[in-house]
Amino acid sequence: MIRFRLERRIDPPRYLSWAVPVASVVLALVASGLLLLAFGANPIDTFAAMWDGAFGDIFGGEVYSVSETLVRATPLMLTGLAVAVAFKMKFWNIGAEGQLVMGGIAASAVALFLPDAAPWIPQTLVVYGLIMGGAAILAGALWALIPALLKAYLNVSEIIVTLMLNYIAILWYSQLFTTSWKDPEGLGFPGSALFPEFTWLPRFSNTRVNVALLVGLVAAVGVWVLFAKTRAGYEIRLLGDNPEAARFAGVSVFRNILLVMLISGGLAGLAGMGEVAGISHKLQQGLSANNGFTAIIVAWVAKLQPWAIVLVSILLAAVFVGGDQIQMTMGLPASVAQVVQGVMLFFVLGGDIFSQYRIRVSRERGEVMA
Amino acid sequence: MSLDLISSILGIAVFAGTSLTYATIGEAITERSGILNLGVEGMMIMGAVTGFAAAFHTGSLMIGVLAAMGIGALLALLHAFVTITLRADQIVSGLAITLAGTGLASFLGERLGPDHGALVGLQGPRFRDVVIPGLSSLPVVGEALFAQDLVVYSMYLFIPLVWFYIYRTSPGQQLRAMGESPATVEAMGIPVLRYRYIYTMVGGALAGLGGAHLSLAYTPGWSENLTGGRGWIAVALVIFASWRPARAFVGALLFGGVNAVQFRLQASGTTISANLLNMAPYIMTILVLVLVSSASSLRSRLGAPAALGVPYSREERT
Repeated sequence: MIRFRLERRIDPPRYLSWAVPVASVVLALVASGLLLLAFGANPIDTFAAMWDGAFGDIFGGEVYSVSETLVRATPLMLTGLAVAVAFKMKFWNIGAEGQLVMGGIAASAVALFLPDAAPWIPQTLVVYGLIMGGAAILAGALWALIPALLKAYLNVSEIIVTLMLNYIAILWYSQLFTTSWKDPEGLGFPGSALFPEFTWLPRFSNTRVNVALLVGLVAAVGVWVLFAKTRAGYEIRLLGDNPEAARFAGVSVFRNILLVMLISGGLAGLAGMGEVAGISHKLQQGLSANNGFTAIIVAWVAKLQPWAIVLVSILLAAVFVGGDQIQMTMGLPASVAQVVQGVMLFFVLGGDIFSQYRIRVSRERGEVMA
Repeated sequence: MSLDLISSILGIAVFAGTSLTYATIGEAITERSGILNLGVEGMMIMGAVTGFAAAFHTGSLMIGVLAAMGIGALLALLHAFVTITLRADQIVSGLAITLAGTGLASFLGERLGPDHGALVGLQGPRFRDVVIPGLSSLPVVGEALFAQDLVVYSMYLFIPLVWFYIYRTSPGQQLRAMGESPATVEAMGIPVLRYRYIYTMVGGALAGLGGAHLSLAYTPGWSENLTGGRGWIAVALVIFASWRPARAFVGALLFGGVNAVQFRLQASGTTISANLLNMAPYIMTILVLVLVSSASSLRSRLGAPAALGVPYSREERT
């Protein structure tokens, strides 16, 4: 009889740290294909159409689909980084969605009301960009501060609190664009007035890709520096990996929870600003597009590595854009995208065991591991 | 407040709290065995869509409920496999169940209707109220408690049964022990990992059942976001209930009551907007957690299983 036994790897080879996630993602695509097959859709046609939608026209010299993929990747990159910073400390911030929405609300408030309230502020992109960015970071960070304080003082589960705050933020923002901030000249369509043009983030040529993508890339470098080069980053990692040792070394849990959630909420808030000031130019339906939740998949598939988050956010954005494509051309629901992403997370999660353990196969009788 | 109003609010509270009660008790059982499953929301919404689809196509509510429980158990099995056998992080795996479950549910909602079509807007079979003669004419509580559907009545029986199982039987005692000290239970010759699989699946089946009550009774039919975070509220209620079945019911009634008040206010044409009213259960969840946590900061005194979320393997036990 063949027995399987797990043996913890003392010193896992380095190549496993990328080979296992890559293999997991490939297997996840195969499994999603089987799932599609089970529901009567041809997986090869579906994936081909998704590829076409996400990157296809680059070979014809066009950039439309690639640019849309990058547009979709931008908020995922920022929220993915936001989530990763918190997850490094095993502080489970599930609230990037709400923090993004609060950032979007704050940036909208600046763009809609500040020009009238303070006409002496120079109405230029640089000045307003900085104010909107600051407001968005602050709003996201303050929203994240609630679960951070509750955790630090009362040990209240941050998972539930961040999650509940998502629902509250989304309901509040719906309230704003359908009632008090609704444009009276909007012909009955819910949504705020259009922002003044000097608050629009500059776009690259005639695509919708805008400066927010660069902000995302800079943030990735920033997060890398935080964890690779600074003492604060080291303390956060230590608290995540070995809280006992961290406490023994005199690392303040309290201070780091607050720090982590301020960074995390701030990054998510910036993502919200990018969406309103870079894409929609008003507060309207669609700001909350589950980016904060998909961010969890981004962060985990990328093993919380900043440079990998950049790549994975583009990958998952491609899955989304491809999902929209198959809805248009094949009549399949766009939610195929979410299914593929969910399956990916499972495979990466389950695949982890191969980087941490060696699997021994033996023929003799031994203890069976469940 | 008139007695009629109290009776009506209590009735809606019980009706609205049923899905929460099942999901909360299910999660409490899973957590008692030492496994944290944050996939309740995903299992509930999958239960809702599968239950409705199965009942719609077969015309049988029973098959709908069984399908919902089956899919919940299946998703929980996945969680058990990933966390127990593959030893992945329980928190992330639970989140994955919820994320994948939500995505899959909206996919199925577009796909499981007639001719690969959508389920949205279809009318299917639904649980009807069964008025129990005699009991239903009790003052105040009669109509509220005994003019409900069969899933609600099963809950009345289910709560004391779970209590009896957990506190008065020897498998129940083992269940309580394996969440505290799995190594001790293992030493008694009980296969902890196998039981953790089973209790995780039981929790999943109950979450699925809760979902089915939503799509087959509370808000009959299928729509996206049907569960609206109830799965997460259930996770919070487990803490509120200190992992006890009867308290889970009390907590669920409390949230059902919030729904009922919302419902009454909207029906009476209040000027408070629906968006703001809808915030109430989420704000209350946070407040309840804050109150429970400040009442006692000691986790053990709250009754949390000591080994909750800690992976267990025979060879690496400490």
